Amino acid sequence: MTPMSREAVALNRFGLGARPDGAPPADPKAWLLDQFPAFEARPATMAAARASADLAGEYLAAEAALKEADAAAKMAGNKDLRQRGQKLYQDEVAMRAVAALTAPAPWVERLVHFWSNHFAISTEKAPVLLLAGAFEREAIRPHVLGKFSDMLLAVERHPAMQIFLDQPRSIGPGSPLAQHAANRKLGINENLAREILELHTLGVRTGYTQADVIAFALALTGWSVETPRPRGQLAAPGSFVFRPEMHEPGARKIVGKTYAAGGVEQAEAVLRDLAVADATATHVATKLARHFVGDAPPPAVVDRLAAAFRSSGGDLPMVYRALVDAPEAWASRPAKFKTPWEWTVSAARALGWDDLGPLKPAPMLAQLGQAVWRPGSPAGWDDIAASWAGPDALVRRVQVAQRLAVRSSHLDPRAVAPKVLPGALGPLTAEEVERAESRRTGLALLLVSPEFLRR
Amino acid sequence: MIDRREFLKFGAVGAGAMLIAPRMLLARVATERRFVFVIQRGAADGLNIVVPAADPAYAALRGNLAIEDGRKLDGTFALHPALERLHGFYGEGRALFVHAVASPYRERSHFDGQNVLETGGASPYQVRDGWLNRLVGLLPQTSEEAIAFAPTIPLALRGAAPVSSYAPSALPDAPDDVIARVTRLYDADPEFHPLWLAAMQARALAADAGQRQDPATVGRTAASFLNKADGPRIAMIETGGWDTHSGQQGRLANQLRGLDALLGALADGLGPAWGQTVVLVATEFGRTAAANGTGGTDHGTASAALVLGGAVRGGRVVADWPGLAQAALFEGRDLAPTLDLDGLIASVAAQTFGLDPAHTLKTLFPGRPAPRGLDGLIA
Repeated sequence: MTPMSREAVALNRFGLGARPDGAPPADPKAWLLDQFPAFEARPATMAAARASADLAGEYLAAEAALKEADAAAKMAGNKDLRQRGQKLYQDEVAMRAVAALTAPAPWVERLVHFWSNHFAISTEKAPVLLLAGAFEREAIRPHVLGKFSDMLLAVERHPAMQIFLDQPRSIGPGSPLAQHAANRKLGINENLAREILELHTLGVRTGYTQADVIAFALALTGWSVETPRPRGQLAAPGSFVFRPEMHEPGARKIVGKTYAAGGVEQAEAVLRDLAVADATATHVATKLARHFVGDAPPPAVVDRLAAAFRSSGGDLPMVYRALVDAPEAWASRPAKFKTPWEWTVSAARALGWDDLGPLKPAPMLAQLGQAVWRPGSPAGWDDIAASWAGPDALVRRVQVAQRLAVRSSHLDPRAVAPKVLPGALGPLTAEEVERAESRRTGLALLLVSPEFLRR
Repeated sequence: MIDRREFLKFGAVGAGAMLIAPRMLLARVATERRFVFVIQRGAADGLNIVVPAADPAYAALRGNLAIEDGRKLDGTFALHPALERLHGFYGEGRALFVHAVASPYRERSHFDGQNVLETGGASPYQVRDGWLNRLVGLLPQTSEEAIAFAPTIPLALRGAAPVSSYAPSALPDAPDDVIARVTRLYDADPEFHPLWLAAMQARALAADAGQRQDPATVGRTAASFLNKADGPRIAMIETGGWDTHSGQQGRLANQLRGLDALLGALADGLGPAWGQTVVLVATEFGRTAAANGTGGTDHGTASAALVLGGAVRGGRVVADWPGLAQAALFEGRDLAPTLDLDGLIASVAAQTFGLDPAHTLKTLFPGRPAPRGLDGLIA
């Protein structure tokens, strides 16, 4: 494998991929750390994006109206809702892609994608489809350079996560509402509580028990999404709400600690403790190391990242610094096979694009096997080569590369190759790119070269 | 074979005839004449397309690649056997082949060579827009825009004149060539090599199921556009896959079968309008005179250009044949250029549309000190 220079590691492994219009960083480490103040939580390209409360409120109102409608109107209305959802989703994916192309802090932008996948939602449910873009914008982006605990709280309260993991109708059996409607067999849904423990914080098989899951689910009862209602509305429809009448009263013990009886603050306290737990530090450190150091990261790196997480109370920039300081992350051997998203973004950046023109990234990513925000499971997309590097995947990338190259056939691939693979372009690829029969073919070959498929 | 001197004499008559009423021709003819430029990206091997079968050095230089069953053209040349329709056009006097022709570019980079061929500059990147676009600018803007049969506008058609593009889904995109190159890229990669191998096995199965792309569709589509009453009169079709460094015998035959089908479908689709049509097929440069060690040929210099259509005074090979003897080869390896591709293009364009030859030449190839033109190509 062609070794990577430190410049290439910074640009392509940490960042989203070099652009042909930029010079390689003089000090690769400083180039990464200097990105923290440059990051834009809400870039200008997202100015037109709508807030989740707005979107969810509109959806809930339309859904409520359809309940009254006759069968034919219901069918037409549902179809219309689906189409609007699809359109919005496609626009959101395009917005995410454009932000990735134009990011002033491409490394931090990559971290947004990393956390979005750590706290994965999946768009099979219509409201989640609507809210996926807003979820990343509202729960992930503002906290990517903050505390892990703040991101965790924003994520779990977000209507997209609430709906995705079936929280809004989880009702404590001893809650006033359940007591009042005893004949309706109301009860809890463990989904959100379990995934928080297993996927978002401690990690699977870290010692929590089924009793912990149930107790946590009870603590979470009352966490919900407001719906349109004639009276007693506590928040704007479509936004997070705590409903005391659904909350299971009482103190409870979760993962070895007792939490006093209370309202919304009970589960908040659990989340704050989980956010700084030892197991959470290890879990997060392992995933970050896997993303930047390799599919099977050396335990020593994981330990150092976890130590930074613990000593800082989950201050994410401190963990990122430890990552930048880890020599293992700068290994010259390519560490990762790019996922379809990473590859597509890096390809468009390598072609110098600031926008996508007529290309629609949502169907393209679906074709490449990674429909954005639709991993199909709360575990998110796998972050190892074995899940992505397959025969069909390579063929599809060759096909897409040709389509992408068409739009940039004014570029000279011989000039682009050393720019986007600075000190990382092997002689074989350089030769094949040079000898290609057209600029278009040369660019396509560059995009599917082994050096470009890895980072 | 008509050599250049003989041909120029013959051509002078044609030029005189055309100069009688150029303005009138311009106004009326410009709306009826069709001009199609087919670019062969990748350096098509002129020596195995229009084969100098009678050249004493040919068979030895080409070895196993030598074409022995070519379709006879004249005492010197034969046409590659895959070009059945094209040979038919030649027999009807509707195709002529120009050999040992080259653009002014004398290096061997595809990108730079295509840049020179498409811009009409004397050297790469000297001119920013394309000669075909400047040709559009010379014609009265009554009919619809020129059209590229490609997903984007190729350089030759880029410029001030309005142009559109149309990409039929079956546009040939040279998958074989790209596949061969990707195969080489992954050959040494322990992870990708086995994956790619498996993918190619699957692809072979899919190919048997008839998923290959179809050049005849492109020809038919182009004809349908050019046939419209107010449709475009100038079109460009891009073809790729001509860079035959290895496995040339089979690959070139495939390429030429595709080109033949494309041109045949274009003629059939145009019907009566074929009589008003001129098609020019050209490549950025030729290939080495000798076969290389991998059953192919490498980047060379002069190649062959094809001119066909109902308006063409064909049935002949136009060449000032330099010969393939070692001493006659350009830099000791390539077919030497004796005719100027820019001059040929300008002549074909001017004669197709009844334009002033000198003005056309200057507009299409502004950086050239008056390359030699050819008269009497088009009726």
